[in-house]
Amino acid sequence: MVDHDDDDCERMTPSRRAILGAAGALFAWSFVPKFAYAAAGSRDPRFLLVILRGALDGLSAVPPIGDPDYAGLREGIALAKDGPEAALPLDGFFYLHPAMPNLARLYKQGQATIVHAAATGYRERSHFDGQDVLESGQPGAGATQTGWLNCLIANLPAGEGISRKGVLGVGVVPPLVVRGDAPVLGWAPPRMARAGSDLTMRLADLYGQRDPGLARALAQAIETEGLAQRRGMAGEQKGGGGPDTADGMRRIAEGAAALVGADDGPRIAALAFEGWDTHANEGGAKGRLANLLGGLDGAFAAFEQGLGPVWKDTVVMVATEFGRTAAVNGTTGTDHGTGTVAFLVGGGVKGGRIVADWPGLKPEQLYQNRDLKPTTDIRAVAKGVVSELFGVSGPVLAETVFPETGDLKPLQGLVV
Amino acid sequence: MAETGELKAGAIALQRFGLGPKPGQGEAARAQVRDRLLAEIAVGSVAQPEGVTFSGAAEIGKALYDFEDQEKREREARRVSVAQAPQGAQVANAAPQSQMASAPKPANEPALPYRTYRDEVKARVDLALAAETGFGERLVMFWSNHFCIGATKSNMSRIMAGAYEREAIRPHVFGRFEDMLIAAESHPAMLDFLDNRQSVGPNSPAGRRRGRGLNENLAREILELHTLGVSGGYAQADVTNLARIITGWTVVGREGVLGFPGSFAFNAGLHEPGVTPLLGRRYDQPGKAQGIAALTDLARHPATARFIAMKLARHFVADAPPRALVDRLALTFRQSGGDLPTVYRALIEDDAAWRAPASKIRSPQEFLLASYRALDRKPDFGQIIGPAGVMGQPFWQPSGPNGYADDNAAWASAEGLKTRVDVAAGWGRQAAGSVADPRVLSEDVLGPLLSPETKQAVARAESKPQAIALLLMSPEFQRR
Repeated sequence: MVDHDDDDCERMTPSRRAILGAAGALFAWSFVPKFAYAAAGSRDPRFLLVILRGALDGLSAVPPIGDPDYAGLREGIALAKDGPEAALPLDGFFYLHPAMPNLARLYKQGQATIVHAAATGYRERSHFDGQDVLESGQPGAGATQTGWLNCLIANLPAGEGISRKGVLGVGVVPPLVVRGDAPVLGWAPPRMARAGSDLTMRLADLYGQRDPGLARALAQAIETEGLAQRRGMAGEQKGGGGPDTADGMRRIAEGAAALVGADDGPRIAALAFEGWDTHANEGGAKGRLANLLGGLDGAFAAFEQGLGPVWKDTVVMVATEFGRTAAVNGTTGTDHGTGTVAFLVGGGVKGGRIVADWPGLKPEQLYQNRDLKPTTDIRAVAKGVVSELFGVSGPVLAETVFPETGDLKPLQGLVV
Repeated sequence: MAETGELKAGAIALQRFGLGPKPGQGEAARAQVRDRLLAEIAVGSVAQPEGVTFSGAAEIGKALYDFEDQEKREREARRVSVAQAPQGAQVANAAPQSQMASAPKPANEPALPYRTYRDEVKARVDLALAAETGFGERLVMFWSNHFCIGATKSNMSRIMAGAYEREAIRPHVFGRFEDMLIAAESHPAMLDFLDNRQSVGPNSPAGRRRGRGLNENLAREILELHTLGVSGGYAQADVTNLARIITGWTVVGREGVLGFPGSFAFNAGLHEPGVTPLLGRRYDQPGKAQGIAALTDLARHPATARFIAMKLARHFVADAPPRALVDRLALTFRQSGGDLPTVYRALIEDDAAWRAPASKIRSPQEFLLASYRALDRKPDFGQIIGPAGVMGQPFWQPSGPNGYADDNAAWASAEGLKTRVDVAAGWGRQAAGSVADPRVLSEDVLGPLLSPETKQAVARAESKPQAIALLLMSPEFQRR
């Protein structure tokens, strides 16, 4: 039976056989009640990547109200610094969308950094290629079926424990950023009764004899389920909204926090929220985008609460494939653009700051006279965070995790 | 041995190109599969679902507008009744009797858009369960996903999702690609889903009067997802120009000024005037003809042929299909002018498509249909939408205009597989009363594909429900 067999991480990872062995080891783990991994006294960091699919309008999430050209471009959806639905103040130039009070609080507490006028190296405007670049870490789309988080844990120094714990991908369909040869744990908010463990064990046995690809996936699912049970997540409510609703975002965030917060859980996770493609009737202080931003803001609270004692060592990074047009389009929405915002949130963030080399919003300052011009590369942000959190070396990041980014220095000082 | 190999290839083909055998059908169906598939192509049509409430989009649109008007009246009546509680008698008079009676709603029935969606999903699944090989239905699923709309976007896309497939996809599955392309892009469901009904030419009469403008959502996805593909050689200017060309392609409003409410209309008052270039050509046709000409040229573009050939081969054969196969399909597409039966024939007759190992995991919808066929069950709507939803592929509800994924990396994930186990366990319990002997069923449904290991696992199961679940979750049933 066939499994995918690309890829760019291949030479840095153990052989396929060793991986299968690792999956087997994971499988055995689910019967071990508890592990304590972290060496006493050392930091035991957590990293969660939240992908916003559909291209977040950064100029609405973090409006540059201090820019004299902002209000004119945004007729019908511009936010104001005064009035009943005022945006939340950040530094007097940038404001925060009023649907995000938690983020404003975390910013004030020094636990949130906002990166503005940011983008990956991708300069076209296809959602799907843009997400591919954001998640694969490759310079172009379609290059690989391996995500950069998978690549990252495959390249952490041996004995770290983090690699062995795998990377968590939330969702029935895991995000590309976690896919690859290193162990991937899967979890999604429960929507129906789970099968009995006897059936699962028999299938694991059958796959072991017949189908290595299915055997590996099932072993990883069993491992996560064991972890979820130990975290008391078995009796959760079923049903609820999807990843494009505030309710769905909160449930996804709670689940991810419970698993990543566990002593014996994965240290790295990725999840995706959907619905950000606001071509029409985007709304201002209230409306479609406001509802989504409120959902994201609720997810920040769920992360903070769910991660509890390890929140102080946590960095949540929020990124989207690209931004939207600087001007409103003909239908009170915005079309696909380029520069946008990224968020870093968590007790591990050296926060209370806005990282932005502001390009301005005059026509000639826009990218192709159309979009917010990107001046900070999201990959430099990601490289900075993971190098400080996990001690990954510059060359590994520049050549393997984010290939061909030798000229793109990791942004320093993002982490406490 | 040669004969065994032939039967095995036939068994895989039934799953690869169809929806898998029904009980008692296995042995006969596996013989001469290729001839059966070619005969289906020769027939050249797919059936239309039966028992749906509305015949087409126009009728649905009218019903939707009436429904929305009614809801508005009821909302206002409630507001009035709250404000003027003692004068309840006046509230009843607020809506004329005839309108109140027009949509009697049984208790616990969902509202009209979801009710219509429900009936359309059920009718479509009934058709797939009744089909002989299911090849035609698989093609419908493929094209419906290629030109997908999302039912969660609005009341209109929800209520029209089924009609869209019936009107834009099914009539053209065995026809020409350009006809399907034009039918899809001009369907009210698509014009609503990708916002083109709101797009206004900046220099059109309406644009000059109201200061409204373009929405390039549909134009971009036509180029990126429906025709050329993302690397098909177009630029941002082409996206904007195509958006200009198709301004005015809209949906008739509730007043019915331009036609029957809810149907397609070309509104000249929204159309951007003048000659517009696209991919190096000039389009100077008047009105709607400009968009038709542009779509026709896009359908015949070599990049479109390559893109469709790749998607077909990836869907039916392998995540990374043989390059030579893709080349042959693309050439056939071009030489035949996008005649789809000719392309399918080339696919079915190609040994590369026939001999490839069963590497692809069935999509959740394929798994659902194949399971209900194998178990000979007639599911109700809840038994369809529940499992399809939890497995990540509810009908007509992809999370974006690129449709559902079509590779193992998406569907054979840890959580995806575990969810399938949960679903299969439920089906095992439901079917335990009707399946006489799971061992016999395994032989019947899998035939020469049944491995000794799966055979043993089914035979040793602790219960009949478990045995059925093991059959459905076996590698032989999961992969095609």
